[in-house]
Amino acid sequence: MNVARSAGILDAHATRIGLAAMLCAPLLSFGAQPAAGDFGPPRGAPIHAVLTSPPNVPPPVARNRPAKVIVTLEVVEKEMPISEGVTYTFWTFGGTVPGSFIRVRQGDTVEFHLKNHPDNKMPHNIDLHGVTGPGGGAASSFTAPGHESQFTFKALNEGIYVYHCATAPVGMHVANGMYGLMLVEPPRGLPKVDHEYYVMQGDFYTTGKYREKGAQPFDMEKAIDERPTYVLFNGAEGALTGDKAMKAKVNETVRLFVGNGGPNLVSSFHVIGAIFDKVRFEGGTNFQTNVQTTLIPAGGAAIAEFRTRVPGSYVLVDHSIFRAFNKGALAILKVDGEPDKAIYSGKELDSVYLGDRAGANLNAVTRATASSAAGTLSLDDQVHAGQALFAGTCSVCHQGNGAGLPGVFPPLAKSDFLGADTRRAIGVVLHGLSGKVTVNGQEYHSVMPPMTQLNDDEVANILTYVLNSWGNPGGRISIDEVKQQRAAPTAPAKASEH
Amino acid sequence: MALEIVRRATRIVVCAAAACGTAMAADFITVPGGRFASVLPQGPVPTVSVPVEVAAFAMRATPVTAGEFLAFVRAHPEWQRGRAPAIFADRRYLVDWRSPVLLADGGAADRPVINVSWFAARAYCESERARLPTWLEWEYTAAADETRRDARADPQWRRRILSWYERPATTSPPRVGGAPNVFGVSDLHGVVWEWVDDFNALFIAGDSRVQGDPDTAKFCGAGALSVIDRDSYAVLMRIALLSSLSAADTTGSLGFRCVRPGGERP
Repeated sequence: MNVARSAGILDAHATRIGLAAMLCAPLLSFGAQPAAGDFGPPRGAPIHAVLTSPPNVPPPVARNRPAKVIVTLEVVEKEMPISEGVTYTFWTFGGTVPGSFIRVRQGDTVEFHLKNHPDNKMPHNIDLHGVTGPGGGAASSFTAPGHESQFTFKALNEGIYVYHCATAPVGMHVANGMYGLMLVEPPRGLPKVDHEYYVMQGDFYTTGKYREKGAQPFDMEKAIDERPTYVLFNGAEGALTGDKAMKAKVNETVRLFVGNGGPNLVSSFHVIGAIFDKVRFEGGTNFQTNVQTTLIPAGGAAIAEFRTRVPGSYVLVDHSIFRAFNKGALAILKVDGEPDKAIYSGKELDSVYLGDRAGANLNAVTRATASSAAGTLSLDDQVHAGQALFAGTCSVCHQGNGAGLPGVFPPLAKSDFLGADTRRAIGVVLHGLSGKVTVNGQEYHSVMPPMTQLNDDEVANILTYVLNSWGNPGGRISIDEVKQQRAAPTAPAKASEH
Repeated sequence: MALEIVRRATRIVVCAAAACGTAMAADFITVPGGRFASVLPQGPVPTVSVPVEVAAFAMRATPVTAGEFLAFVRAHPEWQRGRAPAIFADRRYLVDWRSPVLLADGGAADRPVINVSWFAARAYCESERARLPTWLEWEYTAAADETRRDARADPQWRRRILSWYERPATTSPPRVGGAPNVFGVSDLHGVVWEWVDDFNALFIAGDSRVQGDPDTAKFCGAGALSVIDRDSYAVLMRIALLSSLSAADTTGSLGFRCVRPGGERP
């Protein structure tokens, strides 16, 4: 009997499985043609599989025969950080979330041992999506704390496969982190790459809010309602950022094995600033090229490959983007090396973009325009219209209170430069001002672009508002004055050397 | 055969307990009968839980302690670690004890006994002229809180159960004698898992997603588990644990308590 359980003689479960194995095995192998991916019985001495913790991936199998591979996975229930100052009791395959990465070759016979640590409270089992057979091994691996189960399967199909716990309540076991990936390599292996990494997304449900400090219990209500508190890569915020970021150099090939444990969400997996040269979507045999974002279903996985071209930090996200920035679904791939300006220049220009006047209350402007047309435009109309326009156009630099930013943007409030010649201000607005100016004793050396988007009414109203605000001398700029200046040959107000 | 031996030895144990004084005397609390809707389907329809009558019984106020179990194995050497047959107790049986007749440390006597098999638990209960509770009796008593017989709809009640589930069993269980519930029974939640007499009938499939499969309909309770009810999943997790076990299995967070039928007093 291939079921090793201590004192298993009276074990109803074990007996049932054992009987089934004895009855079914010969029937299935009689005369039938070997299934695709079945390269015959294992050859050579049994091999103990190398298991790795995320984000590491075991080395390629590099074997040209089917073997018997022994995989031993231990279930550990433990409290670990889920975010800065926040802990969660995870249930894990191998002590990490996601669980240990398993790598075998197509046609291998895998003898699987599931150990449930004696300190655990819960029974657990494992469903490997790479297994052909009922439950993916779940029923055969149902294991009480302090016990071990064993079952054997042949890895018939190559690909990248999710495994997870399937014990009741299955959603809770998965939500607590019980999932991982198994790679079944094709007989000739995968093409060589410079880096392979293991990343798995999962959604988490805590009774406290996102980043609420302390030990946070699981929240079944939120899980049923599919309202995750966290959406994470590799089980914790910061699992793959800072010192723990994945690393590569420029002009290297990177292969990401990306799984999605769920339990609920589907991932729109994207790497900001990179295009996948090749994606084995859904983990299947077909691949797609030149992919920006690939969909990874809950309980599914993909293999994404790309070449690094430009140094920098590449951010892995779930492009359902609130999950990235408000629930933690961020990871970093740091690429070092020499920049290639021909592919990406870096920042070439940083200038102020003067947006439109969106958001400002433009009723006053409308009123001023109407009054102007009717010939009844008052100082008050102009000031109110100017105030609304100033907020949309000028306050970005000169600030809402006209104080500017010392040394960067000159003040308009109590400005001696403005007071010295109020008419000069019309030219500044129409034609811009660059070079050195001294305002209230401080020297400024920057550029104000011409406000060509403003019409004569608007310029007149803005300046009238400025003259009548913040302790300035008052006065009025008429539309005609603006009109005249605009018509006059360009004579920038005061332009020294740039 | 071992059970025969236990039965014959019962009288001796009772005397021994009496000799030890009241510290070791178990306190059985009468739990009045009542109508109860189990989380497991009861009645003729296998997928629907119909309320059923639970007959009165008397339940131990607390789980059996390590000290009580020590007295038992001293009086019944055939249940000592290393002597209990492997088919009745696995290799982890009483593994936390220093020796077959010595507890782990001085303070362990009033903590619940753990790492005991169903066979051993059953033998112990027989030694005090009692038996293991049925699942229904256990669930019925454990549905109560300090003031209500059925507090299961209260999120607080559920919270308390789950907070224990969430802590791995890395430390010894707490001492027995927590706040009694409305029946006067203590420690049903938050201390240890407990064996029930009919744990073997609580089959849920190891794979929790095949409960709707006709093949598994023969397992009682299968239907109820296909949907994880918000109000009952905490209790169902206990059933999942029990159904992962064989009668000889032991775990580091599994103990037991005994009942006597009909509220009979010793």
